[in-house]
Amino acid sequence: MKYVIKKLLTTLITLFAVSALVFFSFSVIPGNPAVSRLGTEATPEKIEKLTHEMGLDRPLPERYGEWVLNILHGDFGKSYSYNQKVTSLLSEKIGTTLILSVIAIILTVAVAFPLGIYTARKSDSKLDVVLTSLNQLIMAIPSFFSGILITLLFGFVFKLFTPGAYVSYKVNFLRCVGYLFFPALAIALPKISMVVKLLKDTALKEANKDYVVTAYSRGNATRAVFYKHVLKNAMIPVITFLGMTFADIIAGSIIVEQVFSVPGLGRILLTSISGRDYPMVQAIILLLSVFVVISNLAVDFMYRAFDKRIRV
Amino acid sequence: MSMLKVEDLCIKVHDRKTTDTLVQDVDFEMNKGDIMGIVGESGSGKTMTALAIAGLLSRHDMEKSGHIIFEGINLLDIKRNVLRKIQGNEISMVFQEPLNSLNPLKKVGWQVEESLRIHTSMDKNEMRDRAIEALRDVELQNPEAVYESYPHELSGGMRQRAMIAAAMIIQPKLLICDEPTTALDVTIQAQIVELLKRINRERQTAILFISHDLSLVNTLCERVIVMQHGLVKESGLCDDIFNNPQDEYTKKLIAAIPKSPFGI
Repeated sequence: MKYVIKKLLTTLITLFAVSALVFFSFSVIPGNPAVSRLGTEATPEKIEKLTHEMGLDRPLPERYGEWVLNILHGDFGKSYSYNQKVTSLLSEKIGTTLILSVIAIILTVAVAFPLGIYTARKSDSKLDVVLTSLNQLIMAIPSFFSGILITLLFGFVFKLFTPGAYVSYKVNFLRCVGYLFFPALAIALPKISMVVKLLKDTALKEANKDYVVTAYSRGNATRAVFYKHVLKNAMIPVITFLGMTFADIIAGSIIVEQVFSVPGLGRILLTSISGRDYPMVQAIILLLSVFVVISNLAVDFMYRAFDKRIRV
Repeated sequence: MSMLKVEDLCIKVHDRKTTDTLVQDVDFEMNKGDIMGIVGESGSGKTMTALAIAGLLSRHDMEKSGHIIFEGINLLDIKRNVLRKIQGNEISMVFQEPLNSLNPLKKVGWQVEESLRIHTSMDKNEMRDRAIEALRDVELQNPEAVYESYPHELSGGMRQRAMIAAAMIIQPKLLICDEPTTALDVTIQAQIVELLKRINRERQTAILFISHDLSLVNTLCERVIVMQHGLVKESGLCDDIFNNPQDEYTKKLIAAIPKSPFGI
């Protein structure tokens, strides 16, 4: 229990640090939101007036304090370029990106584990040689490129989905999932191959340990030795890796969203950055880091449930 | 008929081109209740001999010849599934490093019970009772707590006692101990040796004790085999070999035993 409280506390501190970093880093990068809103031909007086109206001439710490307080009340401010509340602009896009990430995570786990176990159990078989080489290849292909290949193959050749015809989950959840499956596949593919390789390598390493000989000496069959002894030990590094992967999937979905024209956080983040739409950018980055921090927290808890020796 | 008869045991490892002979022409016999020691330096083939008897040498690059006849069955040419019925049931093993030999992620109790789970159809409570009894029998204080703990929570001596409890839980006929005290400090060593002696006396379990420590073997065993470079150099009663060694290597080993200042 003490452990859980300690962990939650450090998570809160991390989130505060992130919020400060997000806020102050955007005040040092060049560019004035008032200028990008009025255009370069605006008179200095007009710019000054708008800057004052937007509150950008007030001292930074004061603005940061106000921002944080508002967030705690669920208010992320107003978008400069859309002139709407950030929360209402983002709510649907967060859902889209989350659904995409969750599908990618489920895919990664559901495919990588059986495959990793299989290649570990049947190492040196012919099929394993094929799978391992294929794995090496997939690992080397970045998500945005496999995204293009998937669009071509499943979208245009097999016609399993219509590229560009994304349906919002608010309209039809199943069709939305059906569409997002393909970008999720593009995100998951390199992760799957990494997890398969890691699981196989750690399982083979564990299989040479002394406790495995003990297990055999008690009359265990090879299968029982693997599932009752080796697998759980081999899972520990894999869980660590999965933690990092989950964070990576959430943050990495942004690029793949572009390839598949999914209106998630990715696209709005890019347009907001070029438009110097600070409230939007800050909100999106803060949200992404919240996802990442929470997924790390979940992995830490999982880790501890697995191995009692570990105190993270 | 003797319980265990090892005849002309040879173990060879094939590398790409060369063949290494690890064990050559080892012969010995053990009866119910015997305690026998195998002594030798590292690389002498003593552990290989022990692993071969326990059926734990199954590497593809290894070639075993000769006979290991246990209760009338040649362990070297029976099927794996028949061998598994003997492993952990009639032949048990205790290893050198108790921490590495225990699965770090499983509770000690679960590991002590494992042979019962594999070889009997006892239910959970029965197994738990038997495991706690076995842990108590190896003189562990508070066996209920040990049952619920993980290997890293125990001391080295406690772990090795738990390993012995796991090996003895199903009352095997032969207990093979491969350097069981080497990783432990001297006082614990003596306690473990006493424990093995008691198990042998009370249960009539035959013990094959592998060690590099000749004096330790002398305190525990009746008979001893001295091995070097995979060959048996000398074998016989401990007392004879200790007092009247014939082989040069045995003489050297005896001379290498540090003399106690108290003249023990």
